[in-house]
Amino acid sequence: MHEMGVAMQIVEIATASIPADLIGARVEKVNLKVGKLSAIVADSLQFCFEAVSRDTALEGARLNIMEIPVRAVCNACQNEWTIDLPAFTCPQCQSGDITLLSGRELDIESIELAEEDN
Amino acid sequence: MLLDGINTIRACHHKEGHPHHHPHGTDQPVETHTHGGREIKVVRRVLDANDIMATVNRKLFAEKKLFVLNLMSSPGSGKTTTLEKTLQHLMPDYRCAVIVGDICTTQDADRLAASGAPVVQINTDEFGGDCHLAAHVIEKALGGLDLDNLDVLIVENIGNLVCPAEFDIGEDKRAVILSVTEGEDKPLKYPLMFRECDAALLNKIDLLPYLDYDVRLAADNILQIHPDMPVFETSAKTEEGFTPWLDWFKTAVKEKLG
Ligand SMILES: Nc1nc2c(ncn2[C@@H]2O[C@H](COP(=O)(O)OP(=O)(O)OP(=O)(O)O)[C@@H](O)[C@H]2O)c(=O)[nH]1
Ligand SMILES: [Mg+2]
Ligand SMILES: [Zn+2]
Repeated sequence: MHEMGVAMQIVEIATASIPADLIGARVEKVNLKVGKLSAIVADSLQFCFEAVSRDTALEGARLNIMEIPVRAVCNACQNEWTIDLPAFTCPQCQSGDITLLSGRELDIESIELAEEDN
Repeated sequence: MLLDGINTIRACHHKEGHPHHHPHGTDQPVETHTHGGREIKVVRRVLDANDIMATVNRKLFAEKKLFVLNLMSSPGSGKTTTLEKTLQHLMPDYRCAVIVGDICTTQDADRLAASGAPVVQINTDEFGGDCHLAAHVIEKALGGLDLDNLDVLIVENIGNLVCPAEFDIGEDKRAVILSVTEGEDKPLKYPLMFRECDAALLNKIDLLPYLDYDVRLAADNILQIHPDMPVFETSAKTEEGFTPWLDWFKTAVKEKLG
């Protein structure tokens, strides 16, 4: 639901990342890391992105979403595991004192520019 | 992209043959050549503009010795009612104010203003959506409050269990309300919200005699997502169960203000 705001930020950050000397450069791909715990619906993000990237250097660009699993470490027994069920207790010692190592990402990794044909 | 939404994601795990150079100790864009045009490393959080503004807010709240609670829930779970009652109990001891995100009416603001606390209502249409309060929206709303003469600020977020969880506003504590007229499985469907909060209220327990609702199961589901989180069973209508909630609140305020 906040995908529109997220899409706007993606366009803003990506646009600012194009080197200044590349006049008229077009972005053909945006590589994103999205954690499985983050509140983003990929299809909705794609839809919003198409709308907000119109008439920008990102028009027509593809969002390449790399999904990041939720990993946790138990602070009691140091066990590390991947959480794929909505359950956040350590499967080894049942402690609830855990730290998430990944899964909250919503990052732009890189952008890929279109080949220039000059 | 919540946990049980795994099937709704079309993920691309492979980036075919891209050489991945991870630059260390540089925040300059780095180019790597790929089979397409060129790849420019960015490596930034998409919401870092919000995170930066949240940090600014948090610093201001520390300077002004102001405790800030972010209160979230689905639409209609009882945020405004809980606040009306909570304010009655806090106002004798603390100078309180409220920021309320109500998309198109002033109803909540009017109800809360009856408590005597200053209320700022914000409209969220401007930032491409009206599903959450972002840090810069809070920052703007602060202009309408006399921060030097306040101890407690409560933010009633937009009724939504998804988006507000993603947006830090600089608050000290977060609380989520789940009402017993919603499904017991809500915590499992919206894990981020329940992970991100520091306390949960299971509200409208006065309705339990009329419902086929398993309070134990709902509480267990909350604890499955966030073990050790305090879960308060409350009725904002009758104030049943309010004492432990108020105690938690006052303890959190004291922690901050001393
Ligand atoms: N029976 C009962 N009704 C409640 C309780 N708390 C709230 N309500 C009712 O539930 C309805 C919604 O309550 P609000 O406090 O407006 O809920 P809200 O979360 O602020 O709603 P939005 O701001 O629209 O998202 C109102 O009719 C309240 O009177 C409760 O503990 N018991
Ligand atoms: Mg309300
Ligand atoms: Zn363990």
